[in-house]
Amino acid sequence: MEYVIMFISAIFVNNIVLSQFLGVCPFLGVSKRVDTALGMSAAVTFVVALATLVTYLLQGLLVKLHIEFMQTVSFILVIAGLVQMVEIILKKISPSLYQALGIFLPLITTNCIVLGVAIQVVTNEYSFINNVGAANPNMMNLPQAVVFAVATAIGYSVALILFAGIREQLELSNVPKVFKGVPIALITAGILALAFMGFSGLV
Amino acid sequence: MGKLKLISDGIIKNNPTFVLVLGMCPTLGTTTSAINGMGMGLATTFVLILSNIVISSVAKIIPDKVRIPSYIVIIASFVTILQLLLQAYLPSLYETLGLFIPLIVVNCIVLGRAEAFANKHSVCDSALDGIGTGLGFTIALTVLGCVRELLGSGSFFGLKLIEGDGMLAFILAPGAFIALAYLMVIFRKVTGKKA
Repeated sequence: MEYVIMFISAIFVNNIVLSQFLGVCPFLGVSKRVDTALGMSAAVTFVVALATLVTYLLQGLLVKLHIEFMQTVSFILVIAGLVQMVEIILKKISPSLYQALGIFLPLITTNCIVLGVAIQVVTNEYSFINNVGAANPNMMNLPQAVVFAVATAIGYSVALILFAGIREQLELSNVPKVFKGVPIALITAGILALAFMGFSGLV
Repeated sequence: MGKLKLISDGIIKNNPTFVLVLGMCPTLGTTTSAINGMGMGLATTFVLILSNIVISSVAKIIPDKVRIPSYIVIIASFVTILQLLLQAYLPSLYETLGLFIPLIVVNCIVLGRAEAFANKHSVCDSALDGIGTGLGFTIALTVLGCVRELLGSGSFFGLKLIEGDGMLAFILAPGAFIALAYLMVIFRKVTGKKA
């Protein structure tokens, strides 16, 4: 049940793009076509889940060594290394998937979502999580952290694919000249965010 | 004149928010009020200037292949310094900006300026470029913060101007997107830039 709530919360109520503003750059950048949006979503979901798993374990080590202030530096290095590694492995094991994800993989390093989620799971306290007996009852345990990461990434995918669908239609419509490009995309995103606001209070 | 142009370019011709459309996450996420927007802008400026200076001075000794990871480490170090400074001296700002402080590391503006400018220009020019771009970003964030604060809660830099609640949507997510879109349009009209 806890995991179901987590999914609904991350996808609809606290959607990472539309209510927390993480990952807006690729959200605007790669949302011109639905198929590129699908590729990006798959790549992000994969990397976010993997990165959260690794950084969660790394945080344990940082706490043990009392060097929590190294969090930002070590997390970003791990993420950059991980993305590079995924790229190399994918190239060997599944060249077709590698081709499909193409340029999106290296771009993910600078996607705020990966670092954002990694930091969120080790710092934030969630009201619906209560791990009785743990050292910090409000902090996520490992399975919760990974589920949270996957749910957040799926929330991102939902928003990205919806938005790409709208933008494909937008290409055909007659937009005032000064609004062409980014401004109209932002207004569309605003209206989409307004729609997602309807879900608030659900969880 | 040439030096001055480096600064003004960052503010007008290459404004990171309105023209280059970089660093959208903190732009939208932290501008719930003018003062928050300004705080975020100045924090980013701090990192931008210092990372530009360091990167431009060590660019020649970093092998080309590992340049991006090296830049990221340099930037991340300055972000950590900033994080500790804010925690010590401005804890309230640190609280409100929260997650967005560590996320300066992955702000495309900082890495973008390192890659596009600092690694092939002198230390002095890079510092000026950092100041210009940082100011452009700060101004954009402060203006967006002002608009959202005025429409959303009827105040200006925390000073209550209009009685009542205002339009809550502008403090929340949708207003951020829409306000930024209109500001961008106004900026394009004023500077005569085409899409």
